[in-house]
Amino acid sequence: MFRILRDLLRSNREFLAGAVMVSAVLLLVALSFVSPYDLMATYTVPPDLPPSGEFWFGTTSRGQDVFWQITAALRNTLAFGVVVAGASRVIALVVGLVSGYAGGRIDQAIMALNDTLASLPNIPILLLVYFVMRDEMNWWLLALAASLLGWTYDSRLIRSVALTLKTREFTRHATFSGMRMPQILLREHLPYVMPIVFYTTMNNLIWAIGLEVTLSVLGFTDINRPSVGGMIYWANASSAMVAGVWWWIAFPMLCVAILFLGLFLLAMSVNEYIDPRSRLRRLRTQ
Amino acid sequence: MSGFLVYVARRFVQFVLVAFTGVTLAFLIVHLSPVNPVDQTVSLMTTFGATDPASVAMLRSALSELYGVNGSLAHQYIAFWSRVATGDFGPSLSAFPTPVLTVILRAIPWTIGLLTLSTLFAWTFGNVLGALAGYYRDSRLLKLAGIVVTAVQPMPTYICGLTLIILFGYTWPIFPISGGTQMNLSPGLTWSFVGSVVTHGALPALTLVLVSLGAWFNSMRSLVSNVVTEDHVVYAELAGVPSRTIFASYVARNAMLPQITGLALSLGHVFSGAVIVEFLFAYPGMGQLLIAGINAGDYSLVLGVTTISIIAVGFATFLIDIAYPLIDPRVKLG
Repeated sequence: MFRILRDLLRSNREFLAGAVMVSAVLLLVALSFVSPYDLMATYTVPPDLPPSGEFWFGTTSRGQDVFWQITAALRNTLAFGVVVAGASRVIALVVGLVSGYAGGRIDQAIMALNDTLASLPNIPILLLVYFVMRDEMNWWLLALAASLLGWTYDSRLIRSVALTLKTREFTRHATFSGMRMPQILLREHLPYVMPIVFYTTMNNLIWAIGLEVTLSVLGFTDINRPSVGGMIYWANASSAMVAGVWWWIAFPMLCVAILFLGLFLLAMSVNEYIDPRSRLRRLRTQ
Repeated sequence: MSGFLVYVARRFVQFVLVAFTGVTLAFLIVHLSPVNPVDQTVSLMTTFGATDPASVAMLRSALSELYGVNGSLAHQYIAFWSRVATGDFGPSLSAFPTPVLTVILRAIPWTIGLLTLSTLFAWTFGNVLGALAGYYRDSRLLKLAGIVVTAVQPMPTYICGLTLIILFGYTWPIFPISGGTQMNLSPGLTWSFVGSVVTHGALPALTLVLVSLGAWFNSMRSLVSNVVTEDHVVYAELAGVPSRTIFASYVARNAMLPQITGLALSLGHVFSGAVIVEFLFAYPGMGQLLIAGINAGDYSLVLGVTTISIIAVGFATFLIDIAYPLIDPRVKLG
């Protein structure tokens, strides 16, 4: 594991750039735990100050320090992404492995359902969930709803690998030696799909974080809890662009851009690494 | 021909399945939630000013009737389907007494226009650029284009749109940043009206194109660079077929097939992006309507927009699916 990581950092420029960007964001997240202010509180500092030595990223019209708000916002936004990516990974793995192993009619039925769910537009459904829940809506419920919508592409990918594993020699051995399906899937097949799972996790993280940013920009989450989208929501609600408080919008946007680009570069380079064809091509050019 | 018909029939079943699942999901979300829409609307309406109990009771029974929350769940489900089938979602509460369907029909052309144009443009442009980048691997210009579109690709739609607003709305104001057209113009085929629609649509469309360009570019590039190494292409090269012909008929046409399937599969995602873009630019389409409905607590409007957009996205996917055999003749032979 560490050797792979070292090789990637050394030989793959995209991976290095992505790792640096994500580390920078993680550093900010770590800083949120030592914040000098209560990050849920408003009017703790003078409002509308431009970036300066004392307030690196300026202050908001609600009297919050933009820098420290961003640290907490990134923490909450990332936590949401990790929970959704984790939960939807479990669903994608179970559906993909079972469908690929079962094959035949069962596989067809599961994949028909899978494709049906995949072609439904997510945002209208999530907005409907928010609309009927309103005040009952909280962070966990949103994460649950997003997880239930976010596994369909990945389960199809996992299934395509599981299909090829089914006819391999070791699966037959395992069946004849009396292992039952859950055991075979967990002990024999799971290790083979792990590289894909890792790659899809990155993409799913990007999707989930994008979703959180989008919904909180619209004000459709708990708006008092710091989040990157929430900061932009409050900035818009206070007409920050018109009032010239540009740093309130610019810095959260910059951080989101760095985070997304970093995760995307990681996903791309890992995908290239686990695909032997592109790895060979890279070796040949070196 | 019969192979084609079987193909279309199978796709149609898939469309029916999508529409059925989507509408059922919308029904379940609404009816299994602990929040009673009738209570919610009544409390929303009585927040501003006291109302006497008798009229509140009248309002309550009228709303129960309207929202179809009377009777058993199965009964409500059938009633809901009959309303979906006839398109009768009752009057919109925020634009009372205009029926929801009228409000939606007014918004649909905007969304369809914006989405069709920007999706077709992003798909064509991304695929052509990506195919060229996969075929002419050493071109510096195409490499640069690849880096730019790939960097924009992971950004959330909202962030991308907001950046465009800041650039072209505030810093260098050359495009209008809200609305679908200028307020004082009457709709019609006049130069000023069409021009106004085009300039107002420029930034929303550009946002949608930018966020989806990278995905088409990258997948087409890798598809093409795989096709290029295949035997039939190598043979054509050895046989001295002009490289333009190889590119267009041997490589690009083969690599295009998965991209059409990809286009059909991505429509739900594209529509989700459009909701955000329309809200950001106050564009008078379905997405803007949906968010306005949520903010106004307009239950029938929200339900109407959600169900109709799910069915419409499913139908558009079906249309792309049945266009697939035009490119891939193997489906026709079945």
